[in-house]
Amino acid sequence: MKVAIIRFPGTNCEFDTQYAFERIGAKTNIVWHKKNELPSDVDLVVLPGGFSYGDYLRSGAIARFSPIMQAVSEYAKKGGYVLGICNGFQILLESHLLPGAMKRNENLHFISKFQYIKVVSNDNKFLSQLNPGEVLNIPIAHAEGNYFIAPDKLKAMYDNEQVLLQYCDANGEYDNPNGSVDAIAGICNETKNVFGLMPHPERACEQILGSEDGIKMIKGFMY
Amino acid sequence: MKAIVNIYLKEGVLDPQGKAVKHALESLGFKDVEEVRVGKQIILTLKDGLSQEEARKEVEEMCEKLLANTVIEDYSIEIVQ
Repeated sequence: MKVAIIRFPGTNCEFDTQYAFERIGAKTNIVWHKKNELPSDVDLVVLPGGFSYGDYLRSGAIARFSPIMQAVSEYAKKGGYVLGICNGFQILLESHLLPGAMKRNENLHFISKFQYIKVVSNDNKFLSQLNPGEVLNIPIAHAEGNYFIAPDKLKAMYDNEQVLLQYCDANGEYDNPNGSVDAIAGICNETKNVFGLMPHPERACEQILGSEDGIKMIKGFMY
Repeated sequence: MKAIVNIYLKEGVLDPQGKAVKHALESLGFKDVEEVRVGKQIILTLKDGLSQEEARKEVEEMCEKLLANTVIEDYSIEIVQ
């Protein structure tokens, strides 16, 4: 599997992401945001975490207009797989490749900690190797992760199984660290080829980091 | 010519900053505040030669494309000579 990892000014999770994908045997390429095209034969594009453009204006609002995003958008529209992690998720929302928007966390704090999340739907490539209801332990680290979507659109997302991950406690019961609608932690688009989540799977890719659950997640792209 | 753009969260979208500011005001003894909405203001200095209407139209496009996220935010534009 060939993975292109996009680096914007202010991205800071590109090497962790590279490390995690190489652990599962993927070939990776870090691509500078000024490029106009993606490397050939890419199987997955990852927008990693960080603080692109210093989060100025709104998280992801300016990165969205980087030259490479035109190529990413075309790639996604042709059915290519795109994964946005944390700031990458915010960029995908700002690009309208995913529905909804992010607000400041309800308690206004930057939250950085391990957080349990559970799988809501595995009817997609990303989470295909996990079971609905399965609880994972994955770090979160964000100030703007308070996911918002209008109620009517939310219903359509449930109907189409686009709500993929929800925050929870160790037993899979309701927990909501940031105020997101329905404690949503991750979603996909209507055609299920663009994915976004606030938790960082790449920070949970070996036992020495406290959890290997992130590997279970990203592995889905290998199948 | 200047354009003053005010951006704030839409009615019905809970404003976490506004809520926190309201609590702070209450704890300072200001009991008459019913609601607080925190927004941001962007002041654009525009080149000479634009008519008010042209300026407004262009700033509106800026808001739609970049300055506001219309999924959750509303904006208002004031053109000042």
